[in-house]
Amino acid sequence: MSTTPTLELQGVTRRFGPQTVLDRVDVSIPSGSFTALLGASGCGKSTTLRIMAGLDRPNEGAVLLNGTNVADRTAHERNVAMVFQSYALYPHLSVEQNIALPLAMRHLTTLGRMPVVGRFAPGSGEARAKIRRAVGEVAEMLGLEQLLHRKPAQLSGGQKQRVALGRALVRDPVLFLLDEPLSNLDARLRVKMRSELVALHKRTGRPFVYVTHDQSEAMAMADQIVVMIGGRVAQAGTPQDLYERPASREVAGFIGTNAINFFEPGSAPAGLHPAAGSAVIALRPEHISPAAAGTVEARLETAEYLGSEVVLALRAESGAELRAIAPGNYAIPAPGSAVRLGFDPAQVHVFDAASGQRIGEAA
Amino acid sequence: MRRLSIARREALTTLWLAGPATLAMVLFIFLPVAIVALLSFTDYQFGATTLNWTGLENYQRLLGSTLGQRAITNTLLYVAIVIPASVALGLLVALGLHRMTGWAPGLAHALRAVYFLPVAATLVAMSVAWQMVLHPSLGVVNHVLAALGGEPRNWLSDRGLVLYTLAVIGIWQTVGYNMVLFLAGLVAIPPELYDAAEVDGAGGGWSRFWTVTWPMLGPTTLFVLVVTATNAFRVFETVATLTRGGPAFASDTLVYALYREGFVYFKAGYASAITMVFFAFLLILTFAQIRIVEKKVHYR
Repeated sequence: MSTTPTLELQGVTRRFGPQTVLDRVDVSIPSGSFTALLGASGCGKSTTLRIMAGLDRPNEGAVLLNGTNVADRTAHERNVAMVFQSYALYPHLSVEQNIALPLAMRHLTTLGRMPVVGRFAPGSGEARAKIRRAVGEVAEMLGLEQLLHRKPAQLSGGQKQRVALGRALVRDPVLFLLDEPLSNLDARLRVKMRSELVALHKRTGRPFVYVTHDQSEAMAMADQIVVMIGGRVAQAGTPQDLYERPASREVAGFIGTNAINFFEPGSAPAGLHPAAGSAVIALRPEHISPAAAGTVEARLETAEYLGSEVVLALRAESGAELRAIAPGNYAIPAPGSAVRLGFDPAQVHVFDAASGQRIGEAA
Repeated sequence: MRRLSIARREALTTLWLAGPATLAMVLFIFLPVAIVALLSFTDYQFGATTLNWTGLENYQRLLGSTLGQRAITNTLLYVAIVIPASVALGLLVALGLHRMTGWAPGLAHALRAVYFLPVAATLVAMSVAWQMVLHPSLGVVNHVLAALGGEPRNWLSDRGLVLYTLAVIGIWQTVGYNMVLFLAGLVAIPPELYDAAEVDGAGGGWSRFWTVTWPMLGPTTLFVLVVTATNAFRVFETVATLTRGGPAFASDTLVYALYREGFVYFKAGYASAITMVFFAFLLILTFAQIRIVEKKVHYR
């Protein structure tokens, strides 16, 4: 593996009229990585992807592909593949033709692409055979062999998704860009497609850039997550980095299945952290649980039994709300009773009250 | 009072909602068509109290006489010119204006209104304007032609020219309507498809058009074709106001002949036969368009 990242955004700024959508964004996509661009809707993650693809141009900053500036290259010339949220399949073409289109555009002349006349275009027979072989391979990889002659309107959401992936795979691009590809699928299929995407990433060895607003998707699939907030990169790192050492209060709030507990200055339960008087303290629910020798005391308000665990909503003496997680076999006391909670001091995060930036090293 | 079952009540609602319109359709469309169909086999004249059964005589007269044949061939020629030209021009103008909205929205809106004007204007009034424009000695067209070194023509009284002149006016009148329909179709194309086409290497002007724009306009094009065809077949106002089918029936069309035979000569039987032939043409054309094109347009 070379040390040059496959794709690099350097100080990319994008403005639409008076509105700055991207503000000096730096992103580096190492070769062979699976990067998730994570953020709420409107944070600029899709614009970032479009700039990577060449569908949009930055107002300032550079886009480097394998070290060369590709500002003046179209999406096709960059040879990046993109999978769209709506799949963007051509409705008038069959599955086979949809997948073959990028190759047809590359290997056939305008005459050769024509429906009937194309057969007689010089040299097109060989190119057609090559394309058919490539499409066949991709279809087999994605389990689409039986559907090759159908039109997109006759496919289910999951099948359309595969065709869209097939169209991306068939041309062997240098980079795959995926714009919320799973968001239109139902929950069960989404989880299944996740592992298929990861397997596909392993198989191709090409870098994937995956835009999502779902932190669990990003955590499950990516080896690098770029959290974007308000048009800026809030933090970039491995899923562990983001979970264990969130760089800011916003990142901490974004990452994690269970919403993290925040305590404004002065409201934290006694004994949580010495800086609690002047800084924001954060602690994930999974890191605080009922313990006989615990140092934090709170009253139980409600409990949600989830089978493997129990999510407790409590109120500390300071008045702060607090959520904690107990194991599934925890005997839930009556609401209103006092519960002693123990926590792992290493997992307590401290953020500056004004800027929201992380203070010190807690991990 | 006993409550009706749900199925019964739903049936009543359906009847109540669809019934009046169905009745009106039967009374005012199907019944008259049936009557006209029957009349076409008689020698009935308006106002007469008797009529004789003449079988296919009216049809033989229409299809067998030079005059009848000319009305049919004139109409077909007119339609054959107006449909492709006004659809193609409508699409071209729509593509241009659609692109223009990107960099000059104000100008694009103004131009759209200008193109639509002939559709909104009364064709009879516009015919007067055309008469002035095409006037052999005073008209702008001949003046411009003369200035360019061409030979002035009698646009409306030259037997070889008049039908083409009328066709051009017909195109001028329908381009705006087709343009508006195509513009609506263009707006409805999902932008991701253009993005996908660009990523796939079909981002250039032509391949973009053939890969995304044209296929996605399929349903619109079908509708535009059907509407243009029906309108072209019905050409009447320009003929009636500008040429009265002349000179020497060179611009006689089916609907104008129908008007002349039925409302000038009161030959209701013969006019009915013309109506039925006209109706048959429209039906065949529309049916063919829908059968051939619809299969290729809705992509199922």
